[in-house]
Parts: sequence; structure tokens; C-alpha cells
Amino acid sequence: MEASRSKRNGATEAKVSEIVARYGHDKSFVIPIMQDIQREFNYLPREALDALSASLGVPQSLVYHLATFYRAFSLTPKGKYRLSLCLGTACHVRGAPQIADHITRTLGIESGETTSDGEWSFETVNCLGACALGPILVVNEEYHGQITIAKTNKVLAALGKKVETDEEV
Amino acid sequence: MKKCKSASELASLREKLAAARDPKKPTIVICAGTGCLAYGTQKLIDNFRAEIAKRKLEGTVDVRTSGCHGFCERGPLVVIQPKQIFYQHVKTEDAGEIIEKTILGDAVIDRLVYRDPATKEKILHEHDVPFYKKQMRLIFGMNGQIDPRSIDDYIAIGGYAGLAKALAMKPEHIVDEVTKAKLRGRGGGGFMTGWKWESTAKAEGSPKYVICNADEGDPGAYMDRSLLEGNPHSVIEGMVIGAFAIGSSDGYIYVRNEYPLAVTNVTAAIESARAYGLLGENILGSGFSFDIKINRGGGAFVCGESSALFASIEGRAGEPRQKYVHATDRGLYDKPTCLNNVETWANVPPIIVKGAEWYASIGTPGSTGTKIFSLVGKINNTGLVEVPMGITLREIVFGIGGGIPKGRKFKAIQTGGPSGGCIPEKHLDMPVDFDELSKVGSMMGSGGMIVMDDRTCMVDVAKYFLKFLEQESCGKCTPCREGIYQMRTILDRISEGAGEEKDIELLEWIGTGVIDGSLCALGGTAPFPVLSTIKYFRDEYLAHIRDKKCPAGVCKKLITFTVAADNCTGCTACARVCPTKAATGEKKKVHTIDQATCIKCGACFEACKFDAITIS
Ligand SMILES: Cc1cc2nc3c(=O)[nH]c(=O)nc-3n(C[C@H](O)[C@H](O)[C@H](O)COP(=O)(O)O)c2cc1C
Ligand code: SF4
Ligand code: FES
Repeated sequence: MEASRSKRNGATEAKVSEIVARYGHDKSFVIPIMQDIQREFNYLPREALDALSASLGVPQSLVYHLATFYRAFSLTPKGKYRLSLCLGTACHVRGAPQIADHITRTLGIESGETTSDGEWSFETVNCLGACALGPILVVNEEYHGQITIAKTNKVLAALGKKVETDEEV
Repeated sequence: MKKCKSASELASLREKLAAARDPKKPTIVICAGTGCLAYGTQKLIDNFRAEIAKRKLEGTVDVRTSGCHGFCERGPLVVIQPKQIFYQHVKTEDAGEIIEKTILGDAVIDRLVYRDPATKEKILHEHDVPFYKKQMRLIFGMNGQIDPRSIDDYIAIGGYAGLAKALAMKPEHIVDEVTKAKLRGRGGGGFMTGWKWESTAKAEGSPKYVICNADEGDPGAYMDRSLLEGNPHSVIEGMVIGAFAIGSSDGYIYVRNEYPLAVTNVTAAIESARAYGLLGENILGSGFSFDIKINRGGGAFVCGESSALFASIEGRAGEPRQKYVHATDRGLYDKPTCLNNVETWANVPPIIVKGAEWYASIGTPGSTGTKIFSLVGKINNTGLVEVPMGITLREIVFGIGGGIPKGRKFKAIQTGGPSGGCIPEKHLDMPVDFDELSKVGSMMGSGGMIVMDDRTCMVDVAKYFLKFLEQESCGKCTPCREGIYQMRTILDRISEGAGEEKDIELLEWIGTGVIDGSLCALGGTAPFPVLSTIKYFRDEYLAHIRDKKCPAGVCKKLITFTVAADNCTGCTACARVCPTKAATGEKKKVHTIDQATCIKCGACFEACKFDAITIS
């Protein structure tokens, strides 16, 4: 157990050093570096942030300040299926809040959370910049436009969630 | 590709490229903007290529993927050139038929042709579609003519001619030209671009920075994204001209992380501009050097604010600072910095090419040129529209936008995003420009126009914006951090039927404090959505407070869903979608909704095709 963890940490550290090196150890690139770390691990693992702080020579307080200030960063792992629902103004007036409530009710998680089995995570975002298609639900980068409660059910069912779908809709 | 070492080399390259573009060659132009891609356009593109290959037409028929055409509502969009046949809602499997009938043959495929929803008339050509016809697409129109990944396309239609011309001018003459054109910043404030350039040029210090603000955090606006994705070279060209005028060697594009396609396209554009000698060392052999770096934002609305944006580029949290000193004197890394919006930069090349006089003749005396708006919400023709300043709201909403869907009633149009306001019907005939919008308690902002109908609740809209701002406030100063929170709590109370009449006054009072006491414009404009809705829709607030009713049927605590027995056909649609089984009934018999278990999610209302669900 202990051995496998340190092995994993070693791999994480190596990956982080590689990313930091790509930016020439320049501290002003700390945000893009963190973005790359997040892309690599799907979130910002604690060991990666430790490694970042050490190899770039910036205090942990700065790293965590940035990690919590910017929305793009997440300190917890995302689920296998990542749902992002647009709650921009255009989507809002077209009924996106009802979809958000429905997803929360169906999956039992609020925006920003991941189910305990690691299958689903759900977040709301402010305008994806495709307002003509609103309301929009993005599942692992795939867009579903003009979404309704019934369509949401279909999307969830297709990914294996037990929900009643209405074939006629 | 070998570098262009002078303006004349660029000119002969352009001639060569333009000559190679045979205007008679059949070309399938497919919109590959984010909107159309979201409809699955990539498969359509692949299929067109496959169908062309199958028929061995590779040399005879071209496929061009372009940026956003603006009419996202109707995507996937395809235009067949040179016939200019406009097809909408094209499906992947339509590709073969389009090639056979419209390109090889002379037939038009009826089901893909646009029909005017009002007159039912068929409209064959893109430029005749009312949505496009009433626009003036100086900046955005190029999107349809080029592949954003091809610098050759951009050069062939005249791209970088503005840069070549500018490099032969004196820097101060360029600044003069932009000032005379009266170009105002498209990022929100409407500050005179020429003045900003002049101050940065005159400021002491080096290097000087030129930055493009592509943070576009305003929810409901996406023109910057579509410009960067669809025509990145126009923004880059504007920046190089600006840098030369100001005397800057270093540029940044600060782009939202949520816009991956924009990042990809602009990165590719920068590389090809460098390869052609239009960016980097010794641009077009003029001795002037300037380069651009890309910075991806971290997803914070406040980072669109200038000092927060600089902090973010420097690797800090995006918190604004006091502005005793202007950014033009001390901005990024405390050096003179000129920050302009994406659309502002894209307006620069045409001003240089065609002259300030021409530019200033468009629009109104105080607001020249065109503006791109994102016309979204409860509107028939959703999309991006570019219109001359001074056009009326009515022309935009009804002329271009085609009015409100489902025959519902127009209620308000929201402009200026979280800093703006809701404009009611009585002001529909006002001209749209920077100053007129401010006069009615809203603002231009970045150009979002969200149309609302009688099913949109104004208290809910105000609450929506405050919630957004509450999340996005950086928390540095108390009036913004606490004031917005308090105002949102009061609105919550009102929307739950627990409001009191004096709450309206309280909102106005706190609002004034937030406006006066906040450090940056996020807080300084945050109360506008609330104040403007109170100003124009006070009755709706009063209905929530006095009668405990939400006239638009939105605020959950104040509405009930019932079945209108006369309309109910017993189709069971509502019972099937109701997540709590509150809606029940037998087939072909009138259904009922149990009020105790109804959670007011609206699923039944959405599912009913017979208008049998009443919200009251
Ligand atoms: C909270 C806040 C958010 C802003 N967001 C943006 C933005 O997303 N894009 C933008 O161009 N300007 C934004 N601005 C305005 C910029 O601070 C700045 O005025 C603008 O980029 C200047 O460019 P312009 O003169 O070309 O308009 C924002 C301002 C504030 C206060
Ligand atoms: S007004 Fe709001 S967003 Fe601006 S600095 Fe103050 S707390 Fe931050
Ligand atoms: S409001 Fe949802 S995409 Fe813009």
C-alpha cells in the first residue's frame, strides 16, 4: 500500500516536473501550468500541487489561492461522466434551471459534486457561447442542444442511469 | 511558405492567391462554428468529403469549412457557391443528394431551403434571408468567405492590406485615423480607442504591451468567440497595426479557457502569420517587430476587468486594484498597456484600408461603425447579428430576429449583461448606440441582447444576475461582496412570497451604496439589472409582494400547475414525464395533478402538446 502510493507519487512528480519544464520554470506561467496539470489528471491532485509548489518555487498558499479562485480548477476528481449544464442568461430564460433541478434530483448531487461511486459529476457553467442552442447540456465534451427534462432523461439513460424515459418524446 | 519581405511581395502574393480562387468553381461552404459543430457538423463535413471522393470530384468541387455565419439557430448551415444556394438544418446523409442535385444538377432541394416563418415564402439565397438582409456585416461577413485556418484565404480577400498600408504611415497618423473614425471600445465601456492608443504611445516605459481581451464572460454574448474562431487574422492584423502605432513589441491574447476552438484557431493563425512575415521579427521588412502570446483565462468573470486581467497574466488571482494610475501608464507588469476588446481590434483594419471618413459615416455621430450583437433568448431567429449603430431595437427584434416564438408577447430586452438593464416595450423604437442605451438605464456592454417574453419573470431575471455576480465577485471590497449578497437575499424573499413593500426601497438603497462604494465596475454596475427592472416593472414586483403571485408563472413558490380539463385529451404525456408521479390519469381521460406531491418542475407543461397544463 505504502509502496504503491509512493510509486504513484513518483509518477505524479515526474509528470509535474515535465509540465513545469515545458514552461521554462517561469513563475508567471503558474496558471497555464496548473491548467495543464488539471488536463493531465482531470483535477488537481494534492500530490501534484505539492510537487508544483516545490519544483516551481512558489508557496503553497499561492497555489491554493489560485486553485480556489479560478473556476476552471477542481480539487476533487471528476466523475466518469461529466455533465455541464449552461446557466447563461439565454439558457436561463429558456428553462435551464428546471433542468438543473432535475439533474440534482435524479443523480442526488448538487452542482460541483461527484457521485460517491465516481460515475457522475455535475457542474453548471455560465454561458458556453452557443446560446442559439440553449438550453445546453454537455456530457464529456459532447453537446446536447435545446435540452428538455425528457431529453435529459434520455441522455442519462443512454449512459446507464436508470431513469424512466418516454419513447414518444 | 517563404516570408513576405515587403508590402509589394504581399501584394503580389495576394494577386496570385486571388487568381487561384476561381469564383466559378463549385464550392460547398460548411459552417463549422461552435454552434453548428454542436449540431454534429463534423460528420457532415466528413461525409461531403467522402461523397466527393466517391464521385472522383476532388479537383472540381471544393469544400470549405468556415467560421460562424451567425444564423446558429438554423444549423448545420451549408452554402453552395457560386450559386449562393442556402441550405439549413442539413443532415449528414444529405451530402450526396446535395452534390447530385444542386452541384452536378441544377435542382434545389426543397426541404433544406429556408422558409420565411412569417410569409412561408421560400428563400433560396443566403443574402435574401431577412435575417441577413437587414444586417450590415462589415466585420462578421468575412467569416463566411474564408476558412479560419487558411491565411491564404484571408490574404486573398484583402487581408493584411491594412497592415501593409499602416506600416507605410507615421504611427501618429494611424492613431489620428482611429481617433477621427471615432471608434469606441466594444468591450463594454465604449471608451475612445484612439485616445487610449495615444496615451499608451505617449507614456514613458518599455516594453509597452498590447492586449486583446477575449475573456468574454458576459453570459449570453458570444460574438468575440465567433470572431476569434471564424476570423482570427482580422484580430491579429488589428493588433499589429495598433502595436505599430503605439510602439509596442509584445502582445497578449487573453482568451477564455472555455473556448477551446478559439484557442486552437488563434494559435494556428499566429503561427502562420509568423511564417508569412506578418508577425514576429521585422514585419514585412519594415524593421518593426511585434509578437503575440496566448494566455488562457481561468474561468473568472472578473478577469475581464483590466487590472484583474493583468494580475491573471502575471500569475496571480484576478483581483482588481484601484486605478489612481491608468493602465495606459502602468498596466501589465507596471508597464504602459493598451487593452482592447476582440471586436475593437477587428474594426481596425477596415478603418485603415477605407479611411476614417468612410468609417465615421456609418452609425450615429456619437457611436460610429457597426456592432455585433448576440440576439438570443425568446426570439425566432437566434444568432449573431451585425448592424450599424443607431438602428432601432424594434428593427433588430422584429426585422432581423423575426419576433417572438409561439406568437407570445414581447416583454423586454436585456442588454449589457450583468452590468446592464432590461428595456421594456415602450423603448423599442429607440436607436441603439452607446449613449442611448445608457439613457434608459442599460448599457451597450459587450453586445448580448436577451429577448424576454411574457413567460419571463423580471424578479427572477434580476435574481439571476445577482446570483451570477455574487458568485463572480472577487470579494475584495465589502459593498460588492456583502451588498450583492443582501440584495439577492431580499429578491429570494420576494420571489418566495415573503417580501414586503419596503423591500423595494431597501433594494434601491443598498443598490446605490453598492454602485458608489465598489472598487471595480463589477460591483459598480451590479445593481443595474435590479434597478432597471424595478424602474420598468414595478408592478411585477408588487404582484409578488402584495398578491403573492408571479404573473409570468416562473417563481416556484407562487405558482400551481393544474390541468385544463377542456384541453386535456388524456394522452398521458404529463403522467409519463412527471418525476414524482404527481400528474396521473387514465388514457383518454382528463388527468389531474396532485398539489401535495407536485414539485413544480414544469415537465408536464413542457410535455403537453395541447396547452392543457395551466400555470397560475
Ligand atoms: C467585471 C468586468 C468584466 C469585463 N469583461 C470583459 C470581457 O469579457 N471582454 C472585454 O472585452 N471587456 C471586458 N470588460 C471591460 C474591460 O475592462 C475593458 O474595458 C475592455 O476590455 C477595454 O477594451 P475596449 O476599449 O476595446 O472596449 C470587463 C469589465 C469588467 C468590470
Ligand atoms: S467591486 Fe467586487 S469584483 Fe470589483 S474589486 Fe470589489 S469585490 Fe472585487
Ligand atoms: S447562455 Fe447558454 S450558451 Fe450562452
